[in-house]
Amino acid sequence: MSDIAPEPAHELRADGTDPVEELPPQVLPLDAWHRAQGGRMVPFAGYTMPVQYEGIMAEHLWTRDSAGLFDVSHMGQLVIHGPDTTAALEVLLPGDLRILKPAKMRYSLLLDEQGGILDDLMVTRLDAADPGIPFPMDAAAGDDAFYMVVNGATKYDDIGHLREHLADEITLNHLDDRALLALQGPKAVDALDRIVPGVAALTFMTAGSFAWNGHALWVSRSGYTGEDGYEISLQEDAATAFAEAICAEPEVKPIGLGARDSLRLEAGLPLYGHDLSPDTTPVAADLGFALSKRRREEGGFPGAERILAERAAGPALKRIGVIVDGRQPVREGAEVVDADGSVVGHVTSGGFAPSVQAPIAMAYCPPALAESGAITLRQRGKLHPARVVPMPFVPHRYVR
Amino acid sequence: MSRFFTQEHEWIEVDGEVATVGITEYAAGQLGDIVFVDVPADGRELTKGDDAAVVESVKAASDVYTPASGVVIEGNAALTDNPALVNEDPEGGGWFFKLTLRDDSELGELMDEEKYAAYVARL
Repeated sequence: MSDIAPEPAHELRADGTDPVEELPPQVLPLDAWHRAQGGRMVPFAGYTMPVQYEGIMAEHLWTRDSAGLFDVSHMGQLVIHGPDTTAALEVLLPGDLRILKPAKMRYSLLLDEQGGILDDLMVTRLDAADPGIPFPMDAAAGDDAFYMVVNGATKYDDIGHLREHLADEITLNHLDDRALLALQGPKAVDALDRIVPGVAALTFMTAGSFAWNGHALWVSRSGYTGEDGYEISLQEDAATAFAEAICAEPEVKPIGLGARDSLRLEAGLPLYGHDLSPDTTPVAADLGFALSKRRREEGGFPGAERILAERAAGPALKRIGVIVDGRQPVREGAEVVDADGSVVGHVTSGGFAPSVQAPIAMAYCPPALAESGAITLRQRGKLHPARVVPMPFVPHRYVR
Repeated sequence: MSRFFTQEHEWIEVDGEVATVGITEYAAGQLGDIVFVDVPADGRELTKGDDAAVVESVKAASDVYTPASGVVIEGNAALTDNPALVNEDPEGGGWFFKLTLRDDSELGELMDEEKYAAYVARL
């Protein structure tokens, strides 16, 4: 038998390379804790991380039903503040940051000059004068301050890109001494509010300062599984005790990165380096919601001309979701073929979806072909008919 | 009856001229949740080392090689509807296919149970 050490898809760099292949994997704050919980550790985005504990299927279904704790400390946590930071960031990404109120967050994209996607990220406006915020900040920045979470594999390139384009007066701090945990699932609110009272009052895409056992937490109601849930940023020396405490709640189990990948796929959420890259624009990636109305009208973001033209005329290829006939998974790299058998697109993520109980995939495909409702995929020479379906594959259950 | 093992984690159980092939408990554990199995058609002629079957878990696809040459006489139809049987009983009910052996001497190149256990212990 071949290939018997499965590895989950993780984000790749913008040039498609994988930090795993170059440097020895680094160790994250919860490494020993994962091992003690029975986590199977694999190289992941430059770190050693748990791919699974009891099994991907069981962990996936547990998260959809109850609550799962994910260690996402490999991701980059940045704080950016200083004079005119809002305007400076709007030069680099297409979201409307001006209307973003303190403690509110949104999904956005770092774009290159051609409108290609350098990374996808979450950005939150901070009120630097709020003494509760656990990040080092100059209060004089007022509310021209942001907390940003970027992908692990791309974080050093992102920092370089940001530093290169932001004025020297703007401070960029990489919070590399903080862990990031995601608690996801319908019962996440019950478990977390029990040990961190008050978090239940947050609504989707809102964040705030909280305390647990004397440790300052930055908690947002957000995540990347399609479920209700939270992301919790905390000092790395508090991470193990916190993970221990939250997993002592009956609703919570630790969940590996294998299930994180299958959960985000079912939720229709793209993974950087696979479904998104510098070769894809926000329009092709079907992330039009990340192009805010004012920004579309005013332009002034990287690649605006191309992106707005593409938005008007339609992209050559578009990210779509499909449910594959039969039971065999069709994975990244499989081809989309037309009636003549010519390759017209590719699968960028795919696998067996535990909650759908069928193989599902994301693919880039000509919009006209997708509109027919049925496409054909080819993998290792075998043809797989597939139905084009709206994403998400599993309804989002955010608490707004 | 005797059972042999490959370095690629297939097992083959020989009963006279007929042999049954599957993947080992170690392999099934490494793969995790198995969601799809494709077994060879009856009558297919296989040469030792050929890709004979496909097994897919939530995260990975793997080829299963035949540990010996012969003609397929039966694929395990139960795996079509219940591929998880490979996780539940990999070295029993989760067998993949049966074949009539062409050349017994090929079996001499395989590991016995004790050697395979020692091999896995080193992985």
